Amino acid sequence: MKVEGPALCLGPDIDTDVIIAGRYLRTKDRSVWAAHVFEDLDPSLAMRLPGTIIIAGKNFGCGSSREQAAIALKEAGVRCIIAPSFARIFFRNAVNIGLPVLECSCPCRDGEHVAVDLGGGTVLVGGRVFPTRPLSPRMQEILSAGGLVEYWRKRR
Amino acid sequence: MSTLSERILGAEAGSYVDCPVDRAYVHDGTGVLTLEAYRAMQAEKIAKRERTYVLFDHIVPANNSVTAGLQRDLRAFAREKGLTFTDVGEGICHQVMAEGIALPGEIVVGADSHTCTLGAFGVFATGVGATDMAAIWADGGTWFRVPETIAISLSGSLREPAEAKDLALTYVGRLSMDGATYRAIEFVGEGVKSLSMDSRMTVSNLAVETGAKAGLFYADRTTCTYLREFGHRVEPQVPEECQYEQTLHLDLGEIVPVVAVPPRVDTVRPVEELAGLSIDQVFVGTCTNGRYEDLERFARLVLGRKVAVRTLVAPASRSVLARAAKTGILSWLLEAGCTILPPGCGPCLGAHLGVLGEGEVCLSTANRNFKNRMGVGGEIYLGSPATAAASALAGCLTVPGEGR
Ligand code: SF4
Repeated sequence: MKVEGPALCLGPDIDTDVIIAGRYLRTKDRSVWAAHVFEDLDPSLAMRLPGTIIIAGKNFGCGSSREQAAIALKEAGVRCIIAPSFARIFFRNAVNIGLPVLECSCPCRDGEHVAVDLGGGTVLVGGRVFPTRPLSPRMQEILSAGGLVEYWRKRR
Repeated sequence: MSTLSERILGAEAGSYVDCPVDRAYVHDGTGVLTLEAYRAMQAEKIAKRERTYVLFDHIVPANNSVTAGLQRDLRAFAREKGLTFTDVGEGICHQVMAEGIALPGEIVVGADSHTCTLGAFGVFATGVGATDMAAIWADGGTWFRVPETIAISLSGSLREPAEAKDLALTYVGRLSMDGATYRAIEFVGEGVKSLSMDSRMTVSNLAVETGAKAGLFYADRTTCTYLREFGHRVEPQVPEECQYEQTLHLDLGEIVPVVAVPPRVDTVRPVEELAGLSIDQVFVGTCTNGRYEDLERFARLVLGRKVAVRTLVAPASRSVLARAAKTGILSWLLEAGCTILPPGCGPCLGAHLGVLGEGEVCLSTANRNFKNRMGVGGEIYLGSPATAAASALAGCLTVPGEGR
C-alpha cells in the first residue's frame, strides 16, 4: 500500500482531546468531527488537512480511547500519520478504521513531499529515505482490507 | 519465569496472541460507535452475552435530546440482546466492574482508556477502541501483543497527608506521558501491603497516563478480603522471579502532596510550591478518586467547616453514594456546602455538569488536565482528595493539613 502527499508537521504528545474535544462527541455525524478536528490546537488546521500526511512528534494520540479522534482525521482527508511513537489505543483505532499509521522519526517541513510504502516499510521525505518500524502482518491485512469491519466480513 | 501479564496472556513479552476475553464493557460514549461498527459487521450474534457489559456513566442523566436519543438506542440494544446493562445513576464503568465483577487472573477489555484501573485486582485489563470492541462482541476475543513490563517497586508506607493519588502522580511525573508506551507496569515490593484496594485502584488508574497498556498489582490477602465481601473466594497470585525491562524504586515515606500542572499530567510539582494559587472550582470524584475512601477522607477534612469555592462531589457509584449516606459523611459534605452530583463521570470530560468558563481554574481529583478538557479556556490542576479539601476550604491551592 502506497500513500503520497504534502507534509503537515505537528509537535509531540498530541492528545485525543485536542484532536477532537469531548464537547463534539455526542453525535454520529462524522462531518461534525471532521469540521472540529484540532480546533483547540489551531482552528485553521482542519481546512489544511485534506490530502496531507501528518508528521508528528512522539506519543501521537495519547489520552482517551475515543475512536472519533482517528475518524475525525480520516474524514478530514488525512492520508497517513507518521510519528516516532503512538499511544497504543489510537494506533490500533487508526488501523481499525483504515487510516494508515507508521512509526518513523523523520524531519519535517510543512508542504514537503512525502511518499510512504506501508508494505515495504519506507518513508521518503523530500527525496530522503527513513527507516520505519513495519506494521505487524495482521495490521497490514486489516489496513489493506480498508479497516477491521471489512477485514472481519471478508474473513468470515 | 514470567511477569503477571505474561502469565495471564500465556506467552512471552513481544509475542502476538489471540485470546478469549473474560469480560468486555463499553459505556454510553464508546458504546454508540461500537454498536455502529457491530451493525456494519453484520455479525450473527454476540459471543458472550452475559459477559458483555453496557454501563452508562459518561453523560448521565443525558444533557440534551441528541444524547438522550443515542442512549435510548444503546439501552434498547443492550436489553434486546440480553447484555449486562447498568443505567443512569449506577456509576462509572470501571468502578462498577470493580465491585465484585472482575476477578484476578482474568483478561478484561473496556472501550475506555482507564480500563487499566482493574489491574489493581491482578486482572489483565486494558482499553480498546470501538471497532476493536465490536469485533470482540462478535468473536468473544481479540489479539494482543504481550507487553514488556516496567516494575515500580514500593517500600515503606505513605505518611499523612500524602495519599495514593500523590504516589500515582509522582510515578507519572517520573515516567512521563509516554514513558511506558506499549508496556505494562507492575506495582511490586513490600510497600504494596500498606495500600487498600481503593488506593491501588487510584494507582492503577493513572497507568495509562504514562502510555501503559496495563497497570497491575498481584492479588494478595487485601484483594481476597475485598472480594470476599462480594461473595468470591479467590487465591492470591504469587509473584515469580522475572525479568523487568526497568525498575523504578519509590519510598512511600518520601511521597509528598503534589499536583499536576496543566496542560500536562506529567508536570508534577509539590503543592507547597504552588500554594496560594487561586481556584474557582473543586471537583472530587471520577474513576481515579470517587471511591468511598476518597469521599470519607475529603468529608473528614471539611467536617464542621464551609468550603470557600464551589465544590462538586460525584461518587463513583451508587454503592459508594449509598455507603456515604449510611455512614453519615454525605451530610457532612452537604453541611460544608458541597454540591452532590449523580454517580458517574460528572464534569471530568467537560460534557456537562460543572463545565469551566474561560479563565477558570479547577482543582480536580481526576486523571487528565489536557487543554480545554473541562471547558474552553479552563485550566485543571490534578491533586488528591486531601489537597482538594484543604484547597476548597481556603479557596486557593493549599497543602493539606495547613491552615486549619
Ligand atoms: S471519570 Fe473521567 S477518566 Fe474516568 S471514565 Fe469517566 S470520563 Fe473517563
